[in-house]
Amino acid sequence: MSEQAKDIKSREYRSVTQVAGPLMIVEGVEEVAYGEVVHIRTPGGDNRMGQVLESQENVAIVQVFEGTRGLDTDQTRVRFAGDIMRISLSKEMLGRSFDGLGRPIDGGPEIIPEARLSITGAAINPTARDYPNEFIQTGISTIDGMNTLVRGQKLPIFSGSGLPHNKLAAQIARQATVLGSEEPFSVIFAAMGITHEEANFFINSFESTGALERIVSFINLADDPAIERIITPRMALTAAEFLAFNYDTHVLVILTDMTNYCEALREISSAREEVPGRRGYPGYMYTDLATNYERAGRIIGKGGSITQMPILSMPDDDITHPVPDLTGYITEGQFVLSRELHRKGIYPPVDVLPSLSRLMNEGIGEGRTRADHLGVSDQCYSGYAEGRDVRSLVAVVGEEALSERDRLNLKFAEVFEEQFVTQGVDENRTIEQTLDLGWELLSMFPEGELKRIDEKYVKQYYRKGSQVGAGD
Amino acid sequence: MGNQKTGRIKSIAGPLVIAKDMRGCEMYEVVRVGQEGLMGETIKLIQDLAYVQVYEDTTGLKPGEEVVRTGAPLSVELGPGIITNFYDGIQRPLLEIKNQTGDYITRGVHVPGLDPDRKWALTPTVKKGDELAEGDYLGEVQESKVIKHRIMVPPGIQRKVVEIKSGSFTVNEVIAILESGGKKIELTMKQKWPVRIGRPLKEKLDPEVPLLTGQRIYDTFFPIAKGGTAAIPGGFGTGKTVSQHQLAKWADSQVVVYVGCGERGNEMTEVLITFPELDDPSTGEKLMERSTLIANTSNMPVAAREASIYTGVTIAEYYRDMGYDVALMADSSSRWAEALREISGRLEEMPGEEGFPAYLGTRLADFYERAGRVVTLGSQERFGSVSIIGAVSPPRGDFSEPVAQNTLRVVSAFWALDTNLADRRHFPAINWLASYSLYLDFVKPWFDQNVDKEFQGLRGDMMALLEQEAELQEIVQLVGQDTLPESDRALLEVARMIREDYLQQHAYHEIDSYCSIEKQYLMLKIIMKFYQAVNKAIESGVGANRMAAVKVKDEIARMKYTPNQDFPKRYEELIQSIEREFESLRNQK
Repeated sequence: MSEQAKDIKSREYRSVTQVAGPLMIVEGVEEVAYGEVVHIRTPGGDNRMGQVLESQENVAIVQVFEGTRGLDTDQTRVRFAGDIMRISLSKEMLGRSFDGLGRPIDGGPEIIPEARLSITGAAINPTARDYPNEFIQTGISTIDGMNTLVRGQKLPIFSGSGLPHNKLAAQIARQATVLGSEEPFSVIFAAMGITHEEANFFINSFESTGALERIVSFINLADDPAIERIITPRMALTAAEFLAFNYDTHVLVILTDMTNYCEALREISSAREEVPGRRGYPGYMYTDLATNYERAGRIIGKGGSITQMPILSMPDDDITHPVPDLTGYITEGQFVLSRELHRKGIYPPVDVLPSLSRLMNEGIGEGRTRADHLGVSDQCYSGYAEGRDVRSLVAVVGEEALSERDRLNLKFAEVFEEQFVTQGVDENRTIEQTLDLGWELLSMFPEGELKRIDEKYVKQYYRKGSQVGAGD
Repeated sequence: MGNQKTGRIKSIAGPLVIAKDMRGCEMYEVVRVGQEGLMGETIKLIQDLAYVQVYEDTTGLKPGEEVVRTGAPLSVELGPGIITNFYDGIQRPLLEIKNQTGDYITRGVHVPGLDPDRKWALTPTVKKGDELAEGDYLGEVQESKVIKHRIMVPPGIQRKVVEIKSGSFTVNEVIAILESGGKKIELTMKQKWPVRIGRPLKEKLDPEVPLLTGQRIYDTFFPIAKGGTAAIPGGFGTGKTVSQHQLAKWADSQVVVYVGCGERGNEMTEVLITFPELDDPSTGEKLMERSTLIANTSNMPVAAREASIYTGVTIAEYYRDMGYDVALMADSSSRWAEALREISGRLEEMPGEEGFPAYLGTRLADFYERAGRVVTLGSQERFGSVSIIGAVSPPRGDFSEPVAQNTLRVVSAFWALDTNLADRRHFPAINWLASYSLYLDFVKPWFDQNVDKEFQGLRGDMMALLEQEAELQEIVQLVGQDTLPESDRALLEVARMIREDYLQQHAYHEIDSYCSIEKQYLMLKIIMKFYQAVNKAIESGVGANRMAAVKVKDEIARMKYTPNQDFPKRYEELIQSIEREFESLRNQK
């Protein structure tokens, strides 16, 4: 007992020798563990938190989450907690709001923990994973019909500043259901560096549907410390794992905005003077992002699941920027929002061509959605892609030079955007409605042109004499 | 001074641990780090300091903890039990890890690569007094339903058999005793081999036999040979992984080693679930009965990812030595290169292009050079091969980046995935103009003999049509299709047919998923027949507009869905339909 007391006491130091950017170097320390939590007391009496980034024999390099302003190399006191980062978890978290480091900000009491789990999260053993194949109906045609979301998938929204990604994410969170399922469903909302308005929009949107009591929020706003954002998604995902795999809950995790997270990562990396990778982001960003995104999924024998929907804004709408690029290599597809569609006043402005859901094939078809689903989606893709090509051609050669086939494709692209893509913020289409709409539009092509669809479904669903697109 | 067996941690940063008091430690020696004995490998030495890349999460390690040398390099255990198994990057069986630690992979788990308790029925193939050379078979074990595992004399041993046992044994029990000059050696069914060193062989052969994949774009247009190397680069969403899965499922190799290197957890799970259920067309059993999987997902420790491709290729070489054709799929070599970069950055090495270490090219070359069709060790002449197919995930889908470029310098078949094709759901999204295969000439005699002399000629004609189409498309972009002469418009029509009805292949369609080489040949002949018929019709003055409506086009579009065995009949029907329909067109004129 006394030895422990001495131990704790002896682990408080006043030997900060360097403060630079988000980092602080403490010397003369003993036995500091890599990844250990650090409590810091500034000369002004503030308490801050940090974590050991590198541990050497007598030196510890510490990242300070709440900023290094006010720290000095004389009075600042540093205590090593003897433990790694953990979060207190309990079922009572539902309906509560926390800051980016997991402390309550809604005026409510501290959480009485049922468990305190490490936020790093271990990798799920691939043999323990259950393959995601349960269709989630979001009520949005471009998603359900063309890029189907399934339980346990990680599917990000690639957006740009000024595009309605928040509206879309909130609509998905409101409308998402698994057909014929009454199982418990929660949303975990992790905000990293978004504005007050954006955060309020989400909270209000959840509130309006009376869903607030199934939502846990972790909020780091634009004016909150940037380095804290490194921790926020890990807090949220640890809470998600707890609810999903201890309480058999289906959890949808919304992470917004991952670009801010990556910027915090870059800030640390450059403060450590590491060799930079592309555009100054650290070489380990892929691995780092993977340790977050890979925490989605299902586990064999567990009732719950974690579905992730990270939102990221592509700087300058550039999909090749490292953040969307590396994200796309980890996640199971992406929804891409298009500024062009947005300008045309189309909501939701999902550009289906670069969008993709890799787990779609497992979640659709007979018994899940409908047997003709894959064919309809393929055929719409192909028609829309060709139509878009023709559209750029028309700009050069004019509509007169088009062949009959090209004209049809052009028309299809028009009506596809107007009727299939476009829908209201509160419009919740069932999968049947979406597929029937698809057939209505596809029936403007001659039957023989529908090569991507199995003949028997063409016979069953093709609408002879469809009037769509025949207008003029 | 002198050799030290145990050192102490000096510092920890991410996966890199520096240990002191390690004099005598060798480069690439395996060490155990900290109280939990985390596995690591020495990758740099300075005086008595050893820089160790740790294969497990290092959170919580402290300076001063013990680092114990094992005296051995990173090795795999080779013996019965590899086939049908799932491993992590350093050959720990994932199911066994799950039994010990539950749903998550935690640290400090020690599990041998081969189950030490399982007994295998050994049938000896030698008798007392036989003289054996390295690589010779001692006996056979039925490892899975389809793989006969040959127990071999390990490399470097040449002895007379003193004793050989028959019956059931574990991999650690002695099954034979060999002797030479009074020295006796006890052999078990298990061999250990360091993963970073290629297993010895007698001779490398030319890649003359194609590795048939049942995928039209590869087999017809850009074939890979048995013992060859191929790279599939592509941006995200272009279908690298589906292509790799298709190749693993359908390629006519006897053993498949699938390395999931830094990829998605759910994708590995898909492999784990589908391989044991998927029917294997060549054996009638399940595909898993001839596969082994190495899964090191993106969130598993980065150093083990670096090791995983070596683990995979060493296992592949071991089965090659038994005389099998082995296909190794590495998905994705870019993730492996990133692991290399991450470690290199931690070592504070001078970076080369895009932060990758300067030795990236050499390492990649070393890896791909381990492919080959060879004469194996052993006194009898035996052939085996290792073919390597590596996926590359270039950032921005831009092939000018270092991993793609260095890979291109060493592989002979290049299958370029194209985002534009993927966006319009042309799958496999392999760009026929950018791809190439240097094996075309090597495998020509084989195709001449086993398919038809005409086959590669047809392939050339089709390729030429596709190239002309690309040129014509540029004109169409400027002036529209109407201004083209009839013959060019016909060419565009046929090129579209090649693209949509031949090159596009549906991985998830029960029939189209696998297309036999005979069917490929007949399909090519049908398209060629159609092209000739169109040209003939134009010559005799039939307008292109009337030809646009021919019904046989729809039938051709659906020919891919005719089963392989029914296709010869379908071929006859289609040829007749073409003749009939065009004849009536000409007559109506």
